[in-house]
Amino acid sequence: MELLSGNEAISRGAYEAGVTLAAGYPGTPSTEILEDIVKYKDAIYAEWSPNEKVAFEVASAAAMSGARSLVTMKHVGLNVAADPLMTLAYIGVKGGMVVVVADDPGMHSSQNEQDSRHYARFAKVPMLEPSDSQEAKDFMLKAYELSEQFGTPVILRTETRISHSRSLVNLGNRRLANKVDFIKDQSQFVMVPMWARGRRVQLEGRLKKMQENACQSDLNRMEMNDTSFGIITSGVTYQYVKEVWPNASILKLGFVYPFPDELIRQFASKVKTILVVEQLDNFIEEHVKSLGIACQGKNYIPNIGELSPSVLSDVKAKMESTSTAQVPFKNIAEQLPGRPPVLCAGCPHRGIFHALKNHDVVVAGDIGCYSLGTFKPLSQLDIILCMGGGISMAHGIQKASNAKKVVGVIGDSTFFHSGITGLVDIVYNKGTSTIIVLDNRITGMTGHQENPGSGLTLMGESTHAISIADIGRACGVKRIFEINPYDQKHTQQIIAQEIAVDEPSLIISKAACVLHVKKPVSPQRYIDQDTCKNCRQCLKLGCPAIEAGEGKPHVNPYTCMGCTLCQQVCKFDSIHEIK
Amino acid sequence: MSNDTIVSIVIAGVGGQGILLASDITALAALNAGFDVKTNEVHGMAQRGGSVIGQIRYGKKVYSPLVKKGTAQVLAGLERIEILRYAEYLAKDGLAVVNSQMIIPVTVSMGVSKYPADAKQLLESTFPRLVYFDAGVEAAKLGNIKAANVVLLGAISNGIGLPLEAWTGAITKRVPQKFLDLNIKAFMAGRNYK
Ligand SMILES: Cc1ncc(C[n+]2csc(CCOP(=O)(O)OP(=O)(O)O)c2C)c(N)n1
Ligand code: SF4
Ligand code: SF4
Repeated sequence: MELLSGNEAISRGAYEAGVTLAAGYPGTPSTEILEDIVKYKDAIYAEWSPNEKVAFEVASAAAMSGARSLVTMKHVGLNVAADPLMTLAYIGVKGGMVVVVADDPGMHSSQNEQDSRHYARFAKVPMLEPSDSQEAKDFMLKAYELSEQFGTPVILRTETRISHSRSLVNLGNRRLANKVDFIKDQSQFVMVPMWARGRRVQLEGRLKKMQENACQSDLNRMEMNDTSFGIITSGVTYQYVKEVWPNASILKLGFVYPFPDELIRQFASKVKTILVVEQLDNFIEEHVKSLGIACQGKNYIPNIGELSPSVLSDVKAKMESTSTAQVPFKNIAEQLPGRPPVLCAGCPHRGIFHALKNHDVVVAGDIGCYSLGTFKPLSQLDIILCMGGGISMAHGIQKASNAKKVVGVIGDSTFFHSGITGLVDIVYNKGTSTIIVLDNRITGMTGHQENPGSGLTLMGESTHAISIADIGRACGVKRIFEINPYDQKHTQQIIAQEIAVDEPSLIISKAACVLHVKKPVSPQRYIDQDTCKNCRQCLKLGCPAIEAGEGKPHVNPYTCMGCTLCQQVCKFDSIHEIK
Repeated sequence: MSNDTIVSIVIAGVGGQGILLASDITALAALNAGFDVKTNEVHGMAQRGGSVIGQIRYGKKVYSPLVKKGTAQVLAGLERIEILRYAEYLAKDGLAVVNSQMIIPVTVSMGVSKYPADAKQLLESTFPRLVYFDAGVEAAKLGNIKAANVVLLGAISNGIGLPLEAWTGAITKRVPQKFLDLNIKAFMAGRNYK
């Protein structure tokens, strides 16, 4: 028995199932699956692909060749990979393929709270949902069996509280890997209308068979108890239900799509009333009602934010018209200073946002650590939509408003993910935006994964580090500059110069993420308390190592990374190197 | 402990303070003592200096990895004021354990909010069972300030009934051999704070 996180258990499940290829793109809370799978690198080829669509296609073709493959991503990643998903459902697979998608109810680390279960119905593929680490591992093995039995990709949906919770898991042995040989069969693998029409018909037949299978499957189970009150639930929510309603009868769905209609009817016939307890949308509830079965659900259970034992206890009190339990101690958050996430001390992104402050331009931002440049005191990003949007939205604003200059800011990993096509658009359609790539040599926000510019693969091998400047040149950008963001004078000069010109430019701010390299940029700084005039200019950098209350600011020597920015902005020459 | 009792612990801190290791050692200690265990820790955005919590639950059979409000036997803080954001997790007779280290948030340095001047008093008036001390100083005395979290674990261990060998076994499994002696001493130093 081992204490594993849901993500480690999914990785272990892939190993035991005989998977030989795993691809993905980082995204909280899914990232640690591939980080963990590297320990099986003698048996599994694993890669960070540039984005989820590429990862999905790599894994699809591996499965069409007969291998068992895995692809992992966060919920919004499946939007990026939705195109291949929808048609792979027609083609199907030979070797098993599991698509792990990780939802984030409560938006702990995400830009939205979408419910990925809709993709299963949308694409007509089966979906499994584990409720702890043991099930995460077991369901992976089942998912590969189902995938090969029905010739379909299977989605395994996890979420923050499964992926990042740890519980005990029984380990098993690895199954023998499939023999892999791509056998040509155009009528299955080539989706032109003539063949796709045939596959479309087969897809419906397969779905029907899977529904019958779901009714028999041991992934779904009834736990009969007090029959006056029945609950239908799935995933981690099941665990909360067990604690909040210990006496209720439960239909626990592990195979959440296609719906096990017969089983739902059976359960309904055994209990007097039904409550559907599900996180986010009314996915199950709506279906139960469509079967003509009366139930309660979202009239009591919130559809916004995440569920928890505390939330469900309040629901229970409301249903029973009792007062909600009073907690003995109250949070006193109002009396406390806010503690939002911030760019690390010494973060290379800080210098760019500081330099941008001198200009009255619209700044289109993107997703990564540098999103934190939105907040005070840097306050630089005016719009953030989705990965890659930083470049294309700059272009959209510029074209629509005829603003001479719009700045687009994007990270290196995000540039490779989906920024390049935006840059092509700007050059092709004669835009004039200034694009700044914050190249910290790594995928920072998700915990430092290699990317095509890092020169290292997920498997730990060195590889060609793709040059962002070369890509810019190939796209036809004439004005390309590589700058060191710790050199404020040069950084400010280049940014000012490029904002003034009437053509597109690409500025690459190149300096490694300090949290990743774990080395100070130079020796720590200190603020000379005698000469400091308390003008508080240095505090406008928002560096967490510069601390100030009522009195003069000082530098925390334990957290300062010696980036020298504060020294460069001090007008009274009061900040120096600790010798 | 009766058969259906679940023990819950919540540890609060600032992203980057090493909550993961603290909750890992606690979970392992419970496992060593023969219990079913579940934990949950925050990953992602909040790890960049934001407010984070780790949750550990153990007992004969644990369902939810999340602690219900008002039920934690111990609420611990790796930083001076962080547990005040999570006070509602603590059970009526629960123990609050706080490292007096201060990490000034950027919002305070910017002048948009204030760090409570009387944090200790605020803690004392909120929690009847409070252990408040500088774990960093204790760790520094032993030669390495990085062992502060393990010092705090020593104090946390007084709030729950796990046997000492369960803890030392967990520490042995989780810290590198060359720091083992230091960490065991750190843990024992923390146990003196009751
Ligand atoms: C489609 C999609 N996939 C994945 C993510 C998760 N994610 C958020 S930021 C980020 C990477 C940012 O890396 P980079 O652009 O290098 O910026 P850094 O964080 O290093 O500053 C990822 C993968 C997402 N938000 N959307
Ligand atoms: S992890 Fe790296 S990129 Fe992210 S805020 Fe810290 S230093 Fe900056
Ligand atoms: S040198 Fe100044 S700005 Fe840079 S990390 Fe240290 S205190 Fe922060």
